[in-house]
Amino acid sequence: MTQKLTIAVASGKGGTGKTTVSASLACIAADAGYKTAYLDCDVEEPNGHLFLKPIIQYRHMVGIPVPVVDHEKCTACGSCGEICQYSAIVCINKNVLTFDKMCHGCGGCSLVCPVGAITENSRNIGVVETGTAGKVAFYHGKLNVGEAFSPPLVKAVRSAIQDDDLAIIDASPGTSCPVIAAVKGVDFVLLVTEPTPFGVNDLEIAADMVKKLCLPYAVVINRHIPGYTLARDFCRAKGIRILAEIPDDRRVAEAYSKGMLPHSAVPGYRELFEGLLNAVMKEARQ
Amino acid sequence: MKVVVTSTGKDLESKVDPRFGRANWLIVFDTETNQHQAINNEQNLNAGQGAGIQSAENISRHGVEAVITGNCGPKAFRTLGAAGIRIYCGADGTVSEALEKFKSGKLKQADGANVEGHWI
Repeated sequence: MTQKLTIAVASGKGGTGKTTVSASLACIAADAGYKTAYLDCDVEEPNGHLFLKPIIQYRHMVGIPVPVVDHEKCTACGSCGEICQYSAIVCINKNVLTFDKMCHGCGGCSLVCPVGAITENSRNIGVVETGTAGKVAFYHGKLNVGEAFSPPLVKAVRSAIQDDDLAIIDASPGTSCPVIAAVKGVDFVLLVTEPTPFGVNDLEIAADMVKKLCLPYAVVINRHIPGYTLARDFCRAKGIRILAEIPDDRRVAEAYSKGMLPHSAVPGYRELFEGLLNAVMKEARQ
Repeated sequence: MKVVVTSTGKDLESKVDPRFGRANWLIVFDTETNQHQAINNEQNLNAGQGAGIQSAENISRHGVEAVITGNCGPKAFRTLGAAGIRIYCGADGTVSEALEKFKSGKLKQADGANVEGHWI
């Protein structure tokens, strides 16, 4: 069974349960018979593999283009430095200097060079690994240690999605460029929050981000405690749909500490995530 | 000879700004005429990245031969080096005091960056 749909699981705050929710949804979808892909786009610290335990079959390097200057051809006109917004190339005292680690790979410098003195070389920033986790097609990106620039790697992970995949993207926390790269253009965003003041504060920022990107979205409240209604009240006030409330449950935490997802370790959670998947698919199709 | 002192303010009695790339002001001082000019460096102070590189480029346009500052990172050092500008680190106190120390040879010319870059 196929259902072309891409769902991103994001959050403002870290540690709210994105990986638990996204990996669980992927397993449940695959069990329901959908051709499912799980993509860990939290490339700075991917952790979906700890729960899905994939067998990795392929590995490919991802690089970004960085400028290489032919000093014989260069006339030191300075156009390259003027267009670069990141100070990755600068013309000073008739010398052109490049700073590869600051380059975002836009190619602007080589385009504006009037004498064709700039060519591009690839600088490796990380790796995409592809494998299978049971019936789930597994993909994740691993950014090189010390690398500060991850969006091209996030995009490389996403490019693995096939046309007939039900794809679940596990985004990184926050609302900065790596998150935008993970959620841009998806069919639906699921924001995972916890009912703490920190969780709700960051949920508001994340909700503003997805609104700005004009993406349909809804919320899952994780570690819900009866009577503690901060997140619920916030969503009600803003008119944001809550698709599930996952209880604050010691058994789930114990399973997590052993690398197990709730639906495979604690009774009742398979049904909870089946309900969540159905709700997400219903919302996303609208 | 023109030298630049990184400064927290516009005049010679301001404190030296220990940061090079993100200094508030750059005081260009002419050792022959004792005249000075303050360049606002606010744009680089708030830069996301590359403040040292841009400040170095900024300075090179003013025909400066030396920079007097507190600290200098690796990318600023490389850029100033390409521009043929000498670097003197470890300056403190007011801009005038730093200039006096420089004139009397008490500041040592840097042969490398003395701090790590703040951006990769």
